[in-house]
Amino acid sequence: MNRLVEFLVSPAMKILLIALALVFPFVAGDEYQIYVMALAFIWAIAAYGFNIITGYCGQLNLAHGGFFAIGAYVVAILTVDHGWAFWPAFVASMVAGAVFGFLVGVVSLRLKEHYFAIFTLCVGYIIYLLLDKWEEVTHGSLGIINITPPEGFGLIDFTETIPFYYLVLFFLVLAIWLCSRISNSLVGRTFRAIRTSDDLAQSLGINLMRNKVLAFVLSTVYAAGAGGLYAGVVRFIGPAEAEIQHTFDLITYMLVGGIGTLMGPLLGTLIIMWLTQFLQSLEEYRMIVFGPLLVLLVIFFPMGIIGSFLSWRGRRAARRSPAHKTLSRVTEDDQDDKNREAGNNA
Amino acid sequence: MLKINNLTKRFGGLAAVNNVSVEFPANQINAIIGPNGAGKTTFFNLVAGAMPPTEGSIEFNGVDITGLAPDRIARLGVARTFQTTMLFDKSTVLDNLIVGHRLRTQSRLWDVIINSKRLRVEEEKCRAKARETLDFVGLSHIADRYIADISQEERKRVAFALAMATDPELVLLDEPAGGINPEETVNLAALIRKMVDHGITVCLIEHKMDMIMSLADKILVLDHGEKIAEGTPDQIKNDPVVIEAYLGSDQDVEA
Repeated sequence: MNRLVEFLVSPAMKILLIALALVFPFVAGDEYQIYVMALAFIWAIAAYGFNIITGYCGQLNLAHGGFFAIGAYVVAILTVDHGWAFWPAFVASMVAGAVFGFLVGVVSLRLKEHYFAIFTLCVGYIIYLLLDKWEEVTHGSLGIINITPPEGFGLIDFTETIPFYYLVLFFLVLAIWLCSRISNSLVGRTFRAIRTSDDLAQSLGINLMRNKVLAFVLSTVYAAGAGGLYAGVVRFIGPAEAEIQHTFDLITYMLVGGIGTLMGPLLGTLIIMWLTQFLQSLEEYRMIVFGPLLVLLVIFFPMGIIGSFLSWRGRRAARRSPAHKTLSRVTEDDQDDKNREAGNNA
Repeated sequence: MLKINNLTKRFGGLAAVNNVSVEFPANQINAIIGPNGAGKTTFFNLVAGAMPPTEGSIEFNGVDITGLAPDRIARLGVARTFQTTMLFDKSTVLDNLIVGHRLRTQSRLWDVIINSKRLRVEEEKCRAKARETLDFVGLSHIADRYIADISQEERKRVAFALAMATDPELVLLDEPAGGINPEETVNLAALIRKMVDHGITVCLIEHKMDMIMSLADKILVLDHGEKIAEGTPDQIKNDPVVIEAYLGSDQDVEA
């Protein structure tokens, strides 16, 4: 039992997860499953961005799905209307995510808590309206078709499902890696101090606006990048990408997996996406299954699956450690720190 | 150390702090007392920069800090604790403290991405600081416990440690002994004395008179936002104005 728990938070677990993801296309039943998995990975990247601003920094940004759509539209418009190749357009989508994120963040982050959430809800809707109504640029409600897929430079064909799956996997690993770096660093601790309390963070000398804007821009870059990849795989997008439903789906992913944890967004996205696939035959009635499941989860595991697991593990470790440790045992303390870091990585 | 001139804060027509001038010397325990609603916490908020004063000025170590943002003031060496201790429940005691020294570090996002030497050195520094302050408040043995699982008194001590981690010269303590029992109060008073012995100036708001009278070097009494007395505990104890403010006359029944 103990060894299993420690294995789950060890570096070996990460390698195992990556290995599983690498062999998935070979064990998947058909190409459709690989395609669903690639889409789940893209949404997971967006969920990681959401986790930075909402999970770590505590600011509920309801325009997150809107930034995903901005990324998708930047790739679509640049490749279809302006003849750009995919890769420069993909970079441009992230730059656009950063620029719009900065502008929206600087204004909206002056508001706190639910006022911020309401404001960003409106921002998200404005993004939707712009995409839907500004026909000269966005093609309006028709959407944009025939988006250029990522170029493989003659080596790889990314219009094929399997190569695209690996491309998305690469970006997902990159996204999680950066997230883990931030999470364990002083920057991540700064974000978490802000989540605990604005007043407390300020009294500790933390510049609220600068750090909130940083977290916000990071999150919108993630969202826009995920949107750019989405445009490259689906190759058809419309204003529906900016609908608020996507933002709430992402919130569900985070809540199920564990908001503010490192592996929570991925686990939550995979569980919900696959559950949705399995329940497809139920069509709209699948909410009858989802609803009660979510209610139970929020009641019994309010910190999500990963969050509850980590807190259970932490308490267990604290109970087992000798009540009065002497200070002189520095080496052992250092060892504890390392163990805990491993825990934070889960 | 801390010099307040004609400090006033009005909320609409109400003057929460009204024309208060006072000087708190370094390296001692300065207490602010007064009935509920006297403006004590507002006074702290003004000093810490949480809100700008309507009038007056605040000088810290000879520097005018009036109207500065709270994070700037914190970096100049003013730390504070709050009436309700705010800590991150779902994390361990040590994890809560590491961020306390953040304001003395320089690492930015770029350092995080490339895992720079500066970041590693600074993270080690913050961790060492967290252990040092935890040791200072006598809680090294619960470093790995979750905040949600520790007692009220321990939480108060962790809040002290967090304030200490910012390397402050002045610490503002808002009702540090609120909600803890008499025996713990004595221990906490000893800790406050220990902070002063380590060269820190303390300013505290407190309702527990026994504690204040035995602990404070200087007392400022506020009532309805105005300074009604200042002096040593002995002077305050015998001041007729203070006695009236506390025991109250007919119109003084506000809570």
